[in-house]
Amino acid sequence: MTVEMLIFVIFVLSIFLGFELISKVPSMLHTPLMSGTNAIHGIILLGGMLALAEADGFMQYTAGFVAVVLGSANVFGGFMVTDRMLQMFKRKK
Amino acid sequence: MITSFAFLLASVLFIIGIKLLASPKTARRGNLIAGAGMVLALLAVLPQLHDSHGEGVSLLKWLLIFAGILLGLVVGAAGAYKVKMTAMPQMVALFNGAGGGAAALVAAIEFAHPTKTSSLVFVISMLCAAMIGAVSLSGSIIAFFKLEGHFDKPVTYPAQQLLNGLLFVISVLLALTMAAGSHSMVLMCLFIVIALALGVLMVMPIGGADMPVVISLLNSFTGLAVAADGFAINNVAMIIAGTLVGSSGTLLTLAMCKAMNRPVTNVLFSAFGKVDATASAAGAATGSVKSVQADEAALLLGMAGRVVIVPGYGLAVAQAQHQVRQLADELAKKGVEVSFAIHPVAGRMPGHMNVLLAEADVPYDQLIEMETINPEMDRVDVCLIIGANDVVNPAAHEDKSSPIYGMPIIEAEKAGTVIVMKRSMGKGFAGIENALFLRDNCRMLFGDAKASLQELVTLVKAG
Repeated sequence: MTVEMLIFVIFVLSIFLGFELISKVPSMLHTPLMSGTNAIHGIILLGGMLALAEADGFMQYTAGFVAVVLGSANVFGGFMVTDRMLQMFKRKK
Repeated sequence: MITSFAFLLASVLFIIGIKLLASPKTARRGNLIAGAGMVLALLAVLPQLHDSHGEGVSLLKWLLIFAGILLGLVVGAAGAYKVKMTAMPQMVALFNGAGGGAAALVAAIEFAHPTKTSSLVFVISMLCAAMIGAVSLSGSIIAFFKLEGHFDKPVTYPAQQLLNGLLFVISVLLALTMAAGSHSMVLMCLFIVIALALGVLMVMPIGGADMPVVISLLNSFTGLAVAADGFAINNVAMIIAGTLVGSSGTLLTLAMCKAMNRPVTNVLFSAFGKVDATASAAGAATGSVKSVQADEAALLLGMAGRVVIVPGYGLAVAQAQHQVRQLADELAKKGVEVSFAIHPVAGRMPGHMNVLLAEADVPYDQLIEMETINPEMDRVDVCLIIGANDVVNPAAHEDKSSPIYGMPIIEAEKAGTVIVMKRSMGKGFAGIENALFLRDNCRMLFGDAKASLQELVTLVKAG
């Protein structure tokens, strides 16, 4: 099996895993879950760092820098806002 | 080798994190675990960084990378901690747009390095990432403005679908040209611009009330764009994380549509409220509006055996979550059984109302979901509706011509007495009349929710 094929297998299995993971979520958690998964796709920051490291010329430098800033805002802001929401979920004292 | 294991461990942490996020008891821990996975992945990628000749990264680039991360961190943290809980959906939309924009930019930069473009899989992944990321960016920005109350009415114009279809065909043709080997940055930029336009045109016709569904969908789009980027740069962690978000986001979108009893195609492709208002006006119930004063309302509440409070977005706008909790506490002291009935789409997003009440320290086991409360509703003495409208509109059951017909509602009309706290006789987000307000057992308590609740608290305490 080629590496490309192997990666494709991972991709397909991940799709089903994603469906399984949240198949039974109470509606009260829909908002935090949306916000939490939103933070996880902030992993694009990795892509931004790799791209900026490879950049050549002013245009690519700029684009790479903007990508890193956006990715960083996505990942850090996402996790923080989710945590702020979830810390309010408490049981009766 | 170590890097690969670190990415694998990070992926496992994401999976555990999402799993724990799906239950109220463990949700916070789940988010922190996923965050730990993210920090691990970020550290693991550092030794992998190299320039386009495969050599070490220059000092300038290191500085740019860390300055960029720091800037994003400051902006993200400021947004995350300053935002009011009522504006949470807007914030999620912005963070999502940022992720989508980053995905499109990464794709464009990678595309500019010709050595890698030899592989067709690589080019196709780049193109998917660029397109989906750009759609997510512009779509999220429009969703943000709609939630802020700008152009929140659906924007429709003739030949709308035709224009969207035409743009889509053009972008597919551009993609085919690039996949066939035409390695032009001009084409790539044009491709991204068209994708941005598509994002705007896709969201503009959708009404403000449906924005949560749109944001959820765009959230899963961004996940897929990130996964496509992961394919192109051969990063397994990005593929797994992006795909998980893509598929779980899709499921979440469908769950939200189900809560509103509307197929997802209906949300995306038909402007809400097109069913003309005249039809539902014809079926308007007869009866008169009976208003009530605070002292009488306090008396009704104090004498009741069981009270159910139905909070809506109006409560959140009035910032009256704390007052409503005080009222619940005072009534409980008098031996009244108090619970909160939460409609799945109360607020601006599913689960939004739970967050808002949690902010005011209402324990979440006092919050009852719609399916549980409805069968008990006829044994409830007083149903207090605060700033909610469409989610208690009996037209959803009775009036076939109503745009919300078929939407599950909280059956407040079955309670002994219904007290509706409302600013005025204005319409709800769906822009339709509510026959409940004209029922015999319904009393309207007009005024600002916060002030009225404060008055009720004092009166109940004194009485």
